[in-house]
Amino acid sequence: MSEDVIRTDAVIVGAGPIGLFAVFELGLVDIKAHVIDILDRPGGQCAELYPEKPIYDIPGLTVVTGQELTDKLMDQIKPFGAEFHFNQRVETLERLDGRFRVTTDLGITLECKVLVIAAGGGSFTPKRPPLPGIETYEGKSVFYSVRKVEQLRGRDVLIVGGGDSALDWTLNLQPVAKSLTLLHRRAEFRAAPASVQKMLALVESGDITFKLGQVTELHGERGELCSVTVKGPDGATFEQPAEIMMPFFGLTMKLGPVADWGLNLHENLIPVDTEKFETSEKGVFAIGDINTYPGKLKLILSGFHEAALMAQQAHKYVYPDKKLIFQYTTSSSSLQKKLGVK
Amino acid sequence: MTVMEAAVKHSIPGIAAECGGACACATCHVYVDEAWREATGNPEQMEEDMLDFAFDVRSESRLSCQIKVTDALDGLVVRIPEKQT
Repeated sequence: MSEDVIRTDAVIVGAGPIGLFAVFELGLVDIKAHVIDILDRPGGQCAELYPEKPIYDIPGLTVVTGQELTDKLMDQIKPFGAEFHFNQRVETLERLDGRFRVTTDLGITLECKVLVIAAGGGSFTPKRPPLPGIETYEGKSVFYSVRKVEQLRGRDVLIVGGGDSALDWTLNLQPVAKSLTLLHRRAEFRAAPASVQKMLALVESGDITFKLGQVTELHGERGELCSVTVKGPDGATFEQPAEIMMPFFGLTMKLGPVADWGLNLHENLIPVDTEKFETSEKGVFAIGDINTYPGKLKLILSGFHEAALMAQQAHKYVYPDKKLIFQYTTSSSSLQKKLGVK
Repeated sequence: MTVMEAAVKHSIPGIAAECGGACACATCHVYVDEAWREATGNPEQMEEDMLDFAFDVRSESRLSCQIKVTDALDGLVVRIPEKQT
């Protein structure tokens, strides 16, 4: 937790393609930005859902993968030196006199003149298995991540899943857990081969146990788990003792705290005007998939356009005394200077 | 056209299809009726991997974004799990 407040012109919520391009458009009009994202890397859905999938409707690029587009955008915005804050989610938005203060779940506080919400479909959050009563165990016995592995020292841990998260947590927690069982629906793992090798070696040496099956019920009291019912591949069920369960079933998008920021919402989207892409609150913009307006299309190219127009209005808030003269990057030496090409 | 696309196009509830058909989210999970198992075939490796992110996976589980609708599937019956996400 840091007491220091970061002061900047703009805070962009979301490091997907639109949040990244917003850095570019703001940068061209001399607005410095900090970007916050829940994921551990830029790209948003492009990085999480489509890193290797082709996108065919980015103007000028016949085909580009989600990861390639992300990499190209990161390269394109480099001259503007945006600062990134990954692995965290903006929790609260406060209004100060002519400024906004946002605080993340890691305790970072930023103050800005304009806030740009480019949060796409919301923040990626771990999927909650549809097990009756699981909510009552969350935070006590059921975790989707833990900040410190020490928290689970000496506990009987059950990890469910076969991807990278499940395997990484298996390897990280094995040294501290009293016992560790990995449960997965099949004997194949989509995790990185190196992690699978390490995990299998731990099974071989008897340091962890691997079982096949799927959890169907949780048993315990007052949020304290004691066992789970597992359905094995043959359909028969068995009881698996566990004090701690960590299920890994991928991520899903949830609007999250944005809903509590006091902005007008329409079906979990933020209505904006189509001139400035400003929300119901002056100085707070919403661009990309998270906004809505008549005729809205959830396309990356639409978000790029929205970012450009947003930046024009943002300039008025950040530099109220300066008149913005429209310029082209092709011919303007001052823009080219900002881009570092002149 | 895939089974997922057909479902979404006709506003059939229970198919979330968060990733829009990229085989990247497992929120279009369906159970293929026994009589249609052979006609729909088996999941490929990528789909099988993604099924790890679905719940209550059974031998008849498929991701509906990976089942292409053909004439041979006229009358196809699939069931939707209790929860997708």
